[in-house]
Amino acid sequence: MRENAAVFKATDLNLWYGSNHALKNVQLTIAKNKITAIIGPSGCGKSTFLKVLNRMVDLIASVKMTGSVCFHGKDIYSKDTNVVTLRTSIGMVFQKPNPFPKSIFENVAFAPRIHGIKSKEELYAIVERSLKQAALWDEVRGRLHDPALSLSGGQQQRLCIARVLALQPEVILMDEPTSALDPIATLKIEELIVNLKENYNIVIVTHNMQQAARISDDTAFFLNGELVEVEETGIIFTKPKDRRTEDYITGRFG
Amino acid sequence: MIRTNFQHALEDLQKDILQMGSMVEDMITCAVKALAAQDQDLAQAVLDKDEIVDNLDMAIEDKCMKLIATQQPMGKDLRTIGTAFNIIKDLERMADYACDIAKTVKRIGKEPLIKPLIDIPRMAELARSMVKKALDSYVEENVSLAEEIAADDDQVDELHNQIFRELLVIMFENPKTITQATYLLFIARYLERIADHATNICESVIFLVKGERVDLNP
Repeated sequence: MRENAAVFKATDLNLWYGSNHALKNVQLTIAKNKITAIIGPSGCGKSTFLKVLNRMVDLIASVKMTGSVCFHGKDIYSKDTNVVTLRTSIGMVFQKPNPFPKSIFENVAFAPRIHGIKSKEELYAIVERSLKQAALWDEVRGRLHDPALSLSGGQQQRLCIARVLALQPEVILMDEPTSALDPIATLKIEELIVNLKENYNIVIVTHNMQQAARISDDTAFFLNGELVEVEETGIIFTKPKDRRTEDYITGRFG
Repeated sequence: MIRTNFQHALEDLQKDILQMGSMVEDMITCAVKALAAQDQDLAQAVLDKDEIVDNLDMAIEDKCMKLIATQQPMGKDLRTIGTAFNIIKDLERMADYACDIAKTVKRIGKEPLIKPLIDIPRMAELARSMVKKALDSYVEENVSLAEEIAADDDQVDELHNQIFRELLVIMFENPKTITQATYLLFIARYLERIADHATNICESVIFLVKGERVDLNP
């Protein structure tokens, strides 16, 4: 069952974009060293929920929130939370690969350098480790100083994951990380995600239910801003409790 | 409703299973009729049907696999297909048992029966009606009907024990009966197994509807 220690705990979470009630009274615990998938139709609040977890929603002026979101028991929306530190331990990967227009090496070394690491050897070690963890090293080791934009889409996305890994975050949030990739690149990223779960906590928003079924341990289903059901993935896709979940996963929605 | 084609394919699957089921019911009835009437031709007719059932089994299995490959079924749809896999295997085994009965009828041949047949036809009728009811519960997704059928299985087991005791006495009294008595015991055993497979179908029905595993034949 969903037993591992909690990394995130959202309690009575409500969120509005202006007058649009986008998250409604969400109670959700995200377990340690697991892959949690968030599924649901467009506009259900799944990406919003992801953005709440690293306070990306702070960037949107019209947002109003109530309730709490705890990261290891501490409310990340309390006044004494340092957002920069928070985002260092909670990395994010987006739908479209978005490498910086710099070299492969610089993409990965960028954040550690900003965080004060100056030694060339140390930076190189971080780049090598991160690219290895992102299963990209073997493909780029001979051309680390080529432009990142010369890589294929799938490689660029793995580079973006390496960039996140460079800071050794605790959590990786992924917002539809493979929806812009071909099936082979998608499978590579999926393999990578599963391998990363040993050392990282992963929350992934995906439109691809088969992807959620393939890689996640727990699955949360959102609908109209409501968390309808969260369960072990195997259960969600074979015998969900809620009729609405059943209708969605069997494609009888609407 | 979206996914109309998929829905139709699932309905077709059910029809195929019912067709297979009614053929198996018929085989059970005919096999025991052939025994009572010592009718070799009827026994052969049962044996001839086995190939049709085997082909249906494979055809339905292929359809199920194709649906999994092409439709990525989830939830109840997935259970519907998983259940179909199980039910056709139960039906296929039942058909094999009906054939075993038919083969035994051929072995007994024209040799006079050592006793009037009462309990074996009763057992056969009970087992056949269990198959029918099990398939009804499948079509109607009727959990309480599925559970009731388990009680019929107890009656079948009781008859099986009774036949065993009776044949034992006959064998004690006249060892010349041992060969045929053993054949009849096998037949009773085959019927008992058919009833168990009908109970398996009921368990599949409960899983289909509720997603829960139950043991109706503990």
